[in-house]
Amino acid sequence: MEMANTIKQVINEAVERVKMPAPLRLRDLIRMIRAARTAAEEREVVNRECANIRNTFRDEDSVWRCRSVAKLLYIHMLGYPAHFGQLECLKLIASPRFTDKRIGYLGAMLLLDERQDTHLLITNVLKNDLNADAQFVVGLALCTLGTIASIEMSRDLAPEIEKLLKSSNAYLRKKAGLCAFRIVRKVPELMEMFLPACRTLIAEKNHAVLITAVTLVTEMCEKSPDTFNYFKKMIPTLVRTMKTLILSGYSPEHDVSGVSDPFLQVKLLRLLRVLGRGDLEAAEAMNDLLAQVATNTDTSKNVGNAILYETVHAIMDVQSESGLRVLAVNILGRFLLNSDKNIRYVALTTLQKTVQLDQNAVQRHRSTVLECLKDPDVSIRRRAMELCFQLVTDSNLETMARELLQFLAKSEPEVKTICASNLTTIAERYAPSPSWHFHMLLEISQAAGNYMREDVVSSTIQLVSDSAAVQPDAVYCLWESTKNLKSLEDFQPLVQVCCWCIGEYGDMLFTNQHEETVTPDEVLDCFQQILWSPHVSLITRQYCLQALEKLSSRVPDHTDRIRNIVAAFGSNLNIDLQQRAVEFGILCRSYDHLRGPILERMPPIPSDRLNKRSTTNGDADNEQNNAEDLLLGDINEQTLGNDHGDSNAILDLLGGMDPGDHDIVHDLQPGGSVFGGGSSVLDDFSSLSVSTTATNNNTGSSLANDLLDLLGGNSFVDNHTTTPNYSNLQTGPTATSSALFPSITNMPLFSTVQPSAVNGVSSQQYELIPGQFFSSSFFNLNKSEQLQKLRERADEDSIMSEYGKSVMAFSDDSVWIIFTPWLAHSTITNTVMQVRIGSKNSQNQITDFIFQAAVPKSLQLSLDPPSGTNLSQGSLITQKITITNQSKVPLKLRLKLTYNLNGSQKEKIQEFSDFPSDFGSS
Amino acid sequence: MIKAILVFNNHGKPRLSKFYVHISEEIQQQIVKETFHLVSKRDDNVCNFLEGGSLIGGADYKLIYRHYATLYFVFCVDSSESELGILDLIQVFVETLDKCFENVCELDLIFHVDKVHFILNELVMGGMVLETNMTEIFTRIDEQNKLERQEAGLSAAPARAVSAVKNMNMNISQQIKDIKLPDLPQAIKDLKF
Repeated sequence: MEMANTIKQVINEAVERVKMPAPLRLRDLIRMIRAARTAAEEREVVNRECANIRNTFRDEDSVWRCRSVAKLLYIHMLGYPAHFGQLECLKLIASPRFTDKRIGYLGAMLLLDERQDTHLLITNVLKNDLNADAQFVVGLALCTLGTIASIEMSRDLAPEIEKLLKSSNAYLRKKAGLCAFRIVRKVPELMEMFLPACRTLIAEKNHAVLITAVTLVTEMCEKSPDTFNYFKKMIPTLVRTMKTLILSGYSPEHDVSGVSDPFLQVKLLRLLRVLGRGDLEAAEAMNDLLAQVATNTDTSKNVGNAILYETVHAIMDVQSESGLRVLAVNILGRFLLNSDKNIRYVALTTLQKTVQLDQNAVQRHRSTVLECLKDPDVSIRRRAMELCFQLVTDSNLETMARELLQFLAKSEPEVKTICASNLTTIAERYAPSPSWHFHMLLEISQAAGNYMREDVVSSTIQLVSDSAAVQPDAVYCLWESTKNLKSLEDFQPLVQVCCWCIGEYGDMLFTNQHEETVTPDEVLDCFQQILWSPHVSLITRQYCLQALEKLSSRVPDHTDRIRNIVAAFGSNLNIDLQQRAVEFGILCRSYDHLRGPILERMPPIPSDRLNKRSTTNGDADNEQNNAEDLLLGDINEQTLGNDHGDSNAILDLLGGMDPGDHDIVHDLQPGGSVFGGGSSVLDDFSSLSVSTTATNNNTGSSLANDLLDLLGGNSFVDNHTTTPNYSNLQTGPTATSSALFPSITNMPLFSTVQPSAVNGVSSQQYELIPGQFFSSSFFNLNKSEQLQKLRERADEDSIMSEYGKSVMAFSDDSVWIIFTPWLAHSTITNTVMQVRIGSKNSQNQITDFIFQAAVPKSLQLSLDPPSGTNLSQGSLITQKITITNQSKVPLKLRLKLTYNLNGSQKEKIQEFSDFPSDFGSS
Repeated sequence: MIKAILVFNNHGKPRLSKFYVHISEEIQQQIVKETFHLVSKRDDNVCNFLEGGSLIGGADYKLIYRHYATLYFVFCVDSSESELGILDLIQVFVETLDKCFENVCELDLIFHVDKVHFILNELVMGGMVLETNMTEIFTRIDEQNKLERQEAGLSAAPARAVSAVKNMNMNISQQIKDIKLPDLPQAIKDLKF
């Protein structure tokens, strides 16, 4: 009777189900998806099916649940959301049928993640299944736990796993091993629980169980020093197991291409490597084994090499005897010659790691490594290149550099940059002589073209500038290589260096000492080509224009041609080129007698400043810093601080002159001065300064030179600088001065660029800007006034000498801020600084500038009112800050700037704490 | 540790994706795309290793792949795995698939992605190598399949009956639809006039 009822019920249920449409089979769904021709069509099919699946889920249809989840997993793989299936997976897992469980667990592994709340539910089902009788059910549960175990699950289920580790069934033991691995990784303190089981597992005969046991033990040893010491005693056992493996010979089930279970061997070697790291005793126990593996492994197949590769790692990590190390490096050397590119690749990566341990052993394979530079595989070439740079020494410099240069010339753009950059570093570090260094840099720039790091330009210039012996040769070589360039625009760094050198040392080029005589006309032709070439960057053109101007004093006969070339830029669209051209035009026309001294050669750029940089090179942003450093360095060290000895010397000289001492002044005054007395003082000043230079030549940084070089020096840095690039000529002409400067006011420049009122611009504001040492209003004054000004200036200088180093506190694309400590006002607990705010682009109209600063509680801050709120046409805002630092903590400021840039409101906030250690102290 | 195992075809269509670390679904898809992009542009004659894409963790991870006919098998692993060892593992995986499917081809992977997952779960578990003995894997998979078939034979009987009836039902309704009926509204309209 009961039987009949059950049958009746089953039939009823079946009939109920018949009333619903049958769900699509997985295979039909896949067919439909594959038949979809467009992504939209596919999406539509999937969406429709997802809706159906949701319906079956809602109807609690247990018969089709398995099929629905399987379909959902396929949909999930295609990248569609499938999270709504999570609970269904759990229901499937709870089902008594194996088929359901299998899909359910698969779904759980793919759809669930550690963060789901469903974990509490799954922990319960897992616990049930881990205690089940059927091995495959337990297997499924173990596999799932090993994949998704969270911290809580690990804690809850660890006892079950520990029990299973001791199971008699190998299928379960191996899975439990990896579960334990996952648990240890998640909750290291549960490690203790597995220790006893591990001890027996490590002596296991079954390979798979042994693999998982070794994995587990490796993890434990890396996590805990206690366990590490515990298993260290097991080294002999492991060595024995490994030996049996090697000697076991052919065993069909573990054989991979004729090698007995390579995976196990690799795992064992790795564990040995972990256990024997830096331990002589352990190393000794392994030496024999490692030597045996290293010599006896068949290397005709990948598997053999995999084992050898791991052996090499083990030898390198464990403190093996030197003979073994050489053997290991030789194995890698053999790898390099292997026809399999994968093996060549791993050999190169391993050699890279080994090279620090054993230079000499790796050096022996240098030629093979160099061969790899020519490999057709780009990954291998790249690794080989990296290794080559590590292999460069003083003795092999020449050959390595040659090979790498060849490689550089042929390599792909993305590799070129790295290679060129590394070669530059190598050249810097190992250069036997400045001449060698220069030629190396030249060849690098020839090979790398535009892919060269930009700071190489400045470091090359520094190199040439600093070593007088190189200059004649350098300028000739640079000219020769630039002349022969097919496309100037692809080698702009080279062209820039060439321009600079010809500008500075052009006279050396036109002597007859070189193989071929170079005429100024050739050079000027070339420069003209550079200037008008459409693809040449602005920076290169600036270099070129500046070089032309400088050249005018090197080759006096060609001044007219140069003037013509430069004059063409007087109406250039680019404001900077235009300004340079106009300035030069005025210099030639109105101050021609000054042109010589102004365009004087730069003093040698001391190398230490740049070298300091080069030790940290490799950073892309260095180029900016370099330029800034050069500029700020000039100001800080030469104008403000360190050289006050020199400036004092000049002060003395000037101080000795009073307006009555006309005789001295007149003696020095050149005849046809356009400006009468006005320029004579300037002349005096420069000639007097020059005489100071003579006495201070060894320091190479006298104020006089600074003054004269400012125009020249400008060219070499200004594009990178954050200093506002404005001209005294622009701010100069005022109503009163226009009479005295008829030639200037007639210039077209000034009809387009309206000069702002100059009155507020004090000479103090110019001290940061090379080339604008005197505002042009200076020239409008009569002689006694000029002397007065010079005195004031000298006073300022003496104040300046009380300043310490300035720091750049803020810089973005429109504004810069410099802090200068005011030593005279500072005490130990009080740091007084002057804040100077300037605009980067003179065309920007910056108004309503408010500078605010905040300090941590340990400091106190007071701000004086600013000198103004507007920045335009090169004016500066100055403001005094006093920081009271009772507890002498490091200074830290938060800066807030609000300003109106060309009509749009800006607000910037930045922390600044990079004060130099000697900031604010004398 | 193996972070992910991806199988996709020459056009980048995913055929299997298994992640052993928690990564959100969207990122998973992007990783598949990125990996395909990285791997597919490489010649067959270059080495099988490359640095992982930015999504999966960059240079700390290696992509180790093999290309078989229409399919790429890509394993993303961290530095604790031996590169050459993983190459062998890919080979073992593919050979096992071949054994289980008898001359495996892309279509097998497409229509039996669940089975591929089961096989993979016997080979790799939680990102670590579990078993490398192909015969063992094959035997275990076979045993489990048998278990499923048994269940299908006994307890699945009602379900099969249901689907049989349903098919019948479907056929009948189809036949009913096939019978041409007069257009009813039209007929009503005809009556009115």
